[in-house]
Amino acid sequence: MLLLAASPASGDSPADAAKAGRRSGYEFLTPPTQQLQNDEFANPGMLWVEAGKALWSQREGATHKSCADCHDDAAKSMRAVATRYPAYSKEAGRVINLEQRIDRCRTRRQQASALVYESKEQLALTAFVSSQSRGLPTNVAIDGGAASSFERGREFYVQRRGQLNLSCANCHDQHVGAHLRGDTISQGQVNGFPIYRQLWQTLGSTHRMFAWCNEAVRAEPYAAGSQEYVDLELYVRWRGRGLPLETPAVRR
Amino acid sequence: MSLSRRKAVSSLGATLVAIALRPMRSFAGEVETLAAIRALFGEKPMQTGRVALQLPSLAESGNLVPLTITVDSPMTETDYVRRVCIFANRNPRPWIAAVTLGPKAAKAEFSTNMRLSGTQDVIAIAEMSDASLWTAQANVLVTVGACDSMLMRR
Amino acid sequence: MAFNTRIRVPATAKAGEIVEIRAMIMHPMENGFRVDTQGTAIPVDIITDFVCSYDAAEIFRVRLEPGLAANPYFSFFLKATRSGVVEFAWTAQDESVTTASAPIEVT
Repeated sequence: MLLLAASPASGDSPADAAKAGRRSGYEFLTPPTQQLQNDEFANPGMLWVEAGKALWSQREGATHKSCADCHDDAAKSMRAVATRYPAYSKEAGRVINLEQRIDRCRTRRQQASALVYESKEQLALTAFVSSQSRGLPTNVAIDGGAASSFERGREFYVQRRGQLNLSCANCHDQHVGAHLRGDTISQGQVNGFPIYRQLWQTLGSTHRMFAWCNEAVRAEPYAAGSQEYVDLELYVRWRGRGLPLETPAVRR
Repeated sequence: MSLSRRKAVSSLGATLVAIALRPMRSFAGEVETLAAIRALFGEKPMQTGRVALQLPSLAESGNLVPLTITVDSPMTETDYVRRVCIFANRNPRPWIAAVTLGPKAAKAEFSTNMRLSGTQDVIAIAEMSDASLWTAQANVLVTVGACDSMLMRR
Repeated sequence: MAFNTRIRVPATAKAGEIVEIRAMIMHPMENGFRVDTQGTAIPVDIITDFVCSYDAAEIFRVRLEPGLAANPYFSFFLKATRSGVVEFAWTAQDESVTTASAPIEVT
């Protein structure tokens, strides 16, 4: 497996992640579902990856430019990009996630319309760009401009919420491996996102997952793209540092 | 093909009797499945065998249950599988799919994914070129996930 | 309305060889039982038919029902006879047709 030649301080390898006990959601699936994820054709998430590949070369907006016009071959230019997001953007003045980074390119560089969160186009481009990092270890920076976002995300993770008064940590730290009806509770890692979730019967983003989990404990969810969820995403990605990306993963 | 083990089983009749005698709780799907089978094939006898169902014994999501069906047939111009009808007997609508093969299909084997609303039997009926019917069924245990409710399907 | 499709046909095959064909289409296959945020059932919206043709004959045909999973996937087999095009057609319930095709060279 190829790793980045020069990794920043938080550059854990998959071996480091395994030693630290970080486990991908893949390990909590039954074998047929794992096989579905491994099957490059049958994996339904690949429908979006291929749709994203077509969008990559599509000329858009007032500039009539495609992603490819600036970024050329995605396999080269987008390699390892998804492993670093969410990341601090000096231009935006805050931490943004991959979806927002793609959207900023779209609205500012291509001068095209903004991508609607959870739309087919947004999922397709995010899945396509993320899949260029498949197998590479998650490696987000939590220092410098990202430090305050990281702290907020960490607080969110341990904050009880909702009518069921549960925090992310209650299930995904304290009860990993226990059962909730037929489900085995996973560590809640996000190294496979956007995922093809069998429950949703479609591809879904990290923010859709966070909103779903919040609703599951009867808490009011935040909006997709909200800073709360971007902060949480940064923390959760750091929590899974070293885990190789699996986009598009298949999950329950 | 040996005919010595052929059983002219009228599974339709036998199952109808079983349904009539069972206790209160019955599933609309099971009755509908029988009705759909009868609408297709009338009272024709079905023999068990020649059809093999490959599916997981436990499905962690009812929304995507892989299925492979293999029918023992030489698939020649004169001896082939005409079609395979698939049912899930406790789905709100029991029909899963009807697959038409024919002599141009090289192999009587195909795969797809089903939706199962709960633990139930999956039933496949193969109609051969000589109009004989062969059937097989398999049970799938479908587990319900955490926080899984109509509300949370969004 | 055309939907995204993926197909897998081997580029080459020997005459008489039996090869696997795979096809998938991006479609929700609404079964009429899901509800929206207001609690209203989302109407049935499915692909109704799928057919694969090769060498002037139908190889594989399916009548789809809502009991099939979303983004319907099929894998089946054909015998390579002569070089040509393997064609796929999905018909939705509004009778619109989405097509795809791939060449196969038979030696």
